[in-house]
Amino acid sequence: MEEKNVYTAVDPEHVRDSILKKYPAKIARKRAKQIIVNNVGDNDLVPEMLANARTVPGILTMRGCSYAGCKGVVLGPTRDILQITHGPIGCGFYSWLTRRNQTRPETLDDTNFMPYAMSTDLQEDEIIFGGEKKLKAAIDEAVALFHPKAIGIFSTCPVGLIGDDVHAVARDMEEKYPDVNIFGFSCEGYKGVSQSAGHHIANNKVFTDVVGLIDTPKPGNFKVNILGEYNIGGDAFEIERLMAKCGFTLHSTFSGNSVYEEFASAHTADLNVVMCHRSINYLAEMMEKKYGIPWFKVNFVGANSTAKSLRKMAEYFGDKNLMATVETVIKEEMESVEKIRNEVKSRCEGKTAMLFVGGSRAHHYQDLFSEIGMPTVSAGYEFAHRDDYEGRKVLGSIVVDADTRNIEELTVEKDATRYSPRKSEAEMAAFAKDGFEFSDYKGMMAEMPNKTLIIDDLNHYEAEVLIEKYKPAIFCAGIKEKYVIQKSGIPLKQLHSYDYSGPYAGFEGAVNFYQEIDRLVNSNMFRFVKAPWQGNPELAGSYGWTK
Amino acid sequence: MLLRHTGEEVVERKALTVNPAKTCQPVGALYAALGVYKCLPHSHGSQGCCAYHRSALTRHYKDPIMATTSSFTEGASVFGGQANIVEAIGNIFSIYDPDVIAVHTTCLSEVIGDDLTQIIKKASTDGKIPEGKLVIHANTPSFKGSHVTGFANMTQSLVQYLAENTGKKTSYINILPGFVEPSDMAEIKRIAKEMGVKFILFPDTSEVVNSPLDGKFHMFPKGGTTVEQIKSSGDSMFTIALGRDSSLPAAKFLDSKCKVPYEVTEVPIGLRATDAFVDLLRKSSGTHVPDSLMVERGQLVDVMTDMHQYFYHKKAAIVGDPDVVTALAQFLSDLDIEITAIVTGTPSGPKFEKRLREFVGEKTVIKTGLNADMFLFHQLVKSDKPDLIFGNTYAKYIARDEDIPLIRIGFPIYDRVGHQYFPQVGYKGAMRIVEKILNALMDRQDRDAAEEKFELVM
Repeated sequence: MEEKNVYTAVDPEHVRDSILKKYPAKIARKRAKQIIVNNVGDNDLVPEMLANARTVPGILTMRGCSYAGCKGVVLGPTRDILQITHGPIGCGFYSWLTRRNQTRPETLDDTNFMPYAMSTDLQEDEIIFGGEKKLKAAIDEAVALFHPKAIGIFSTCPVGLIGDDVHAVARDMEEKYPDVNIFGFSCEGYKGVSQSAGHHIANNKVFTDVVGLIDTPKPGNFKVNILGEYNIGGDAFEIERLMAKCGFTLHSTFSGNSVYEEFASAHTADLNVVMCHRSINYLAEMMEKKYGIPWFKVNFVGANSTAKSLRKMAEYFGDKNLMATVETVIKEEMESVEKIRNEVKSRCEGKTAMLFVGGSRAHHYQDLFSEIGMPTVSAGYEFAHRDDYEGRKVLGSIVVDADTRNIEELTVEKDATRYSPRKSEAEMAAFAKDGFEFSDYKGMMAEMPNKTLIIDDLNHYEAEVLIEKYKPAIFCAGIKEKYVIQKSGIPLKQLHSYDYSGPYAGFEGAVNFYQEIDRLVNSNMFRFVKAPWQGNPELAGSYGWTK
Repeated sequence: MLLRHTGEEVVERKALTVNPAKTCQPVGALYAALGVYKCLPHSHGSQGCCAYHRSALTRHYKDPIMATTSSFTEGASVFGGQANIVEAIGNIFSIYDPDVIAVHTTCLSEVIGDDLTQIIKKASTDGKIPEGKLVIHANTPSFKGSHVTGFANMTQSLVQYLAENTGKKTSYINILPGFVEPSDMAEIKRIAKEMGVKFILFPDTSEVVNSPLDGKFHMFPKGGTTVEQIKSSGDSMFTIALGRDSSLPAAKFLDSKCKVPYEVTEVPIGLRATDAFVDLLRKSSGTHVPDSLMVERGQLVDVMTDMHQYFYHKKAAIVGDPDVVTALAQFLSDLDIEITAIVTGTPSGPKFEKRLREFVGEKTVIKTGLNADMFLFHQLVKSDKPDLIFGNTYAKYIARDEDIPLIRIGFPIYDRVGHQYFPQVGYKGAMRIVEKILNALMDRQDRDAAEEKFELVM
């Protein structure tokens, strides 16, 4: 690695001890398993991380809830599934446009429900006597006003407790409106331990109730679905551009800039590639089992990673022309990327970064930082599982706890008529021989240097210790952390909402990100924090003429 | 079009809310609790509530919003959240060391039926609350009222838990500012100081959610009303409650608990509402209105008069929270701006409409409560096109589609700064509103005027 090892000046074990010593014994024991000094051994073996575990009550956590993961993250970016939040008003309000999922309806007449927040706004009476009647009436009104082809119902906390059966309501209303596909999500906020539970719940329902309904594929060759790309700040637009330029047919994106029909016919594609492993690996797995579509992990964050991902996809199809086009595209795109990358790198090299976000981003964005010579000294996920840290090889050894057991694990069989392996056994064997990996994700830790500090479910107090000990040049997290960190004079880059800019995916995105980080770490405004007179307190009260 | 599915024809809805003109109680309670010095708000429910509320307030203030959560899982939802919150209380005091934890409930803990009064007692008996520290709570079920109700409920809880009547009256006046911005709270304090009034203002979020950048993060910024001050509010001689919806419950409670008489008046937005507030301050404290304030007032009237031609018979539609909307509607009416529609999702009852009718005409459409949402507001805007829209950030989708200037007022404002620092209350605040109105109308005139009608002097 060419990066300077500036971070070795800080002893991660010491930082870990400093964090743990303030905690009451019980918390310290738990957090000790979630604050790990990285150590990559043979076969990418890394220390075990306790992940997807409950946050200790009273701890200032970054985490949200299952509803946010289901409605906000996975389904939110789809523009023509009418989404009704079933519950009191808050949840629907807070998930209203706040995630910056961009969408681009093709014509002025195309459906676009994304600027609409719909809710049953449950009142006390309905909490006492049940809200199903109101939900049905809300669906009646929604159908009359908006004529949707599909309606998703999203349950909030009280819905589960008062016993409303959103699935029964969905069935009843579907009978009433046979042309509308109506389905419910039991994504009550208390399910699981974070947003992650909601991702799984969303995956399950989309798989059982939407995927496979339309057997007509999109025209074109080399049909690919991209799973786990949510078009924040226009990322999916950039990926769409590259896919088209290379000659792939982008069949469906789950779920950035997507429409219902693309979900419904996604099983007709030739390949699934997975961006955000955490939020959507379930769907990739299930589609492979049922329809025989292979999947592998890609990463369009970082110019090198983008190039690598495009090459792998072309290699999968094995078409000479396609592979040649991909090389041409990469060469062409890289030229403009390199120019800016080198310039920015000269100013950023050796400055350190920390990333605490999501279930993929804290890993993916390290590639972008490394491209401009910035080492990541500490990182961790907000809601990921062990496999996102240690790699999918640990899947079999993950202990299923009570919180996870409550999230349905679907049993998936081969589809009687539509299962068709995209590659023959011989082809798959050849891939394996070449080291071409399917259905795998190596996780964050194997790709991070030893002695970096990996922290799961980082909380406010720990962030403060990290800032104090490491004094990183930049800290990446979300909106709740943004101004907390910046008050300490360290810039924070939001990796959920991108601070209202982007895209950061693909080649154009890489350039945007380099320039944004350059701005944040090199032209920062924080130099004005101290007033000119604060540096010379001993001179207070003395005047020039007294000298 | 952004809101391409919003048609002009209003069809009555009873069940589906589309684009709400309100949000839920806990976020208001959290905001109110931030107005107490060294207080850490705590959300008793699932993690998502706290994450959403912190995010919403952070986007609005662009400042740290600190709050903790009971982090309910399915187990807590079945067996009750007592274990979670008792554990949380212990952890909060040992890790963050606030003076006060202000718990608000959520729909989840309300449905479960957690009895916070009993739970806090238990935490106290179990030794989870260190000497000299406090845990208070407000019930803020999300399925009743709105964020405004939540603010009012937490303010009432401050009184309920903290205010004491020692029997020795002071010469202080309590001021309950209502659900307004930190800049507004600071301006209300400035006016009271200018008048020489001794006062206790609570909650007070100034210098909490608009804190300076000084190179160090302060978990508990220096702003906020102290517990001692709120305690002694029970000995004050009078309470001025600003805003019926956000301040009246606390004022009433303080009257019945500590025998402090009160009067409610509008949130001081605009000339007459500020006059009413200043007059009430003057009468209740026995002070005079100083020349300095009279200058501010006179300057405001001067601008209103000078620029009257630009206001006269212009039309405006307002969406927002009842207290703010009422005062604003009064001010706009005083400027001779006609109000076409007023919508608030907060259920404010007939008193709200009755009060509004005192200064808006019969023609003004007033909608409040259930299904009074921004979808309906948009339809009203379509059917009677105003020259100006007043509302929060979400109104910008309507403003853009209909090509009508938007003046941002209310909660949340996610896309502009200013509300944190520049007040909308008082004579100065009214001047700022006038300036905004004029800028919006005149920018529009400059943009749209035919070349031969383009004016140099306006």
